[in-house]
Amino acid sequence: MSLALNKARILRSMVAGAAMALPLVSSAGVLPDDRADALYHRYEGGGVTIQGPSVLVRKKMAEKYAVSANYYQDMITSASIDVEVSGASEYKEERDQYQLGFEYLRGKTTYNLSFTNSEENDYEAQTVGFGLSQDLFGDLTTISMGFSRGSDTVRNSTDPSFEQDIDRWSYRVGVSQILTKSIIATMNLEVITDEGFLNNPYRSYRYIDPNDTRRFTLAQEIYPRTRTSNAVAVNGRYFLPYRAAVYGGYRFFTDTWQIRADTFELGYVHPIKQQWTLEARVRYYQQDNAEFYQDLFGRVDQQNFMARDKELSTFNSTAFRIGASYEFAQTGWRFVKKGSVSLFYDRIEFKYDDFRDARVSQLIPTDPNYRPAGSEPLYEFGANVVQAFVSVWF
Amino acid sequence: MIKGIAVKVVFSVLLVSGLSACGNIEPWVKPYERQQLADPIMSANPHPISASYMDHVWEAREGARGALGGGGGGCGCN
Repeated sequence: MSLALNKARILRSMVAGAAMALPLVSSAGVLPDDRADALYHRYEGGGVTIQGPSVLVRKKMAEKYAVSANYYQDMITSASIDVEVSGASEYKEERDQYQLGFEYLRGKTTYNLSFTNSEENDYEAQTVGFGLSQDLFGDLTTISMGFSRGSDTVRNSTDPSFEQDIDRWSYRVGVSQILTKSIIATMNLEVITDEGFLNNPYRSYRYIDPNDTRRFTLAQEIYPRTRTSNAVAVNGRYFLPYRAAVYGGYRFFTDTWQIRADTFELGYVHPIKQQWTLEARVRYYQQDNAEFYQDLFGRVDQQNFMARDKELSTFNSTAFRIGASYEFAQTGWRFVKKGSVSLFYDRIEFKYDDFRDARVSQLIPTDPNYRPAGSEPLYEFGANVVQAFVSVWF
Repeated sequence: MIKGIAVKVVFSVLLVSGLSACGNIEPWVKPYERQQLADPIMSANPHPISASYMDHVWEAREGARGALGGGGGGCGCN
């Protein structure tokens, strides 16, 4: 039995994924260089391991057109705290994502179009994105805007008759501005609206067992059918006098579920000679819970909407990164202009303020670690994220 | 709600159109002064395949989403 307890969350990023669509990474006045990347990714933490490959190729034609293609795969093995609390056993599943992008450069304006398809045994998502960007003011400023439309189908592997839809809309505007000879800054805004079956069909909330108040009982979550979020981010990058770069960013987020979040990021890039580039980064994230989130409800059907998804709780995460890239064939080799190999490692610590380790109240009361429902220790876990990839410019 | 979003988009388009009309502003950083900005270490997104993966990691485990900087990023260095 496949219990994809994190599915809705993993897949809901599809529209945002299209926002990150491959063509949009270019500046307006020039198309990106021909390039191929092959990446292996591995995430391990909280009883979950997700790994797989990602391959990205992009090629331009006549300096006016460009096409890009990305294949991405998640192979998931999960025995997360949600799986354990629900009494299910570890499950495995796979997600495959394909993305195609097209770009057209005309004067100082770049138009782009992207298509994304993601498939799992019980979830499908399609996204179409359109965007444009334009250089202004002697190319000091680049403005961009984009729109994405997503359509998901949610199924339940334990109930063949279950099928629900989600419609997604994303609207984006951004500006990138050269401030001085050594500083560039960007600002991005994005509004995302979802409508449909937004909760995970496998996830439960918990409430106090009316027959034994030290215990809890599980019931299926109920979410609102709409969600609209607003995010605004500012980022800056500064070239240090000895050829290194420091960058920082802040994002403010709110949504109609009353989640409010702040994200801070600070990083440093340090090249060594011509071949090595080292990077270090720290990222801090904090959010307040959704208005219908509770770790432990007082009774069944206590209110219209009820969630116990830890990603809707009040929590923070701190992430540290170190990474290195090494360039090879810098003077070219056959059809290759240059290449690089990179290794990035991120350590993330998640600390929850109102999500308790419910496994503890499922122990027998004579166990020294036992605590009654509602007084378990707060949950926290660490995750290791590794990326190893090869890039070739041709 | 959709109407409100549409108003924002229309406003953005008008704003951009207005800015386009100001295309003759003298750039205060000349093209030949942009060698630092053109350095690969100043690229906002040097490894798109890695950036989109990490964005996915955050999206999957945090409530916030969006404005991750897919747009723009050009420095007019070329």
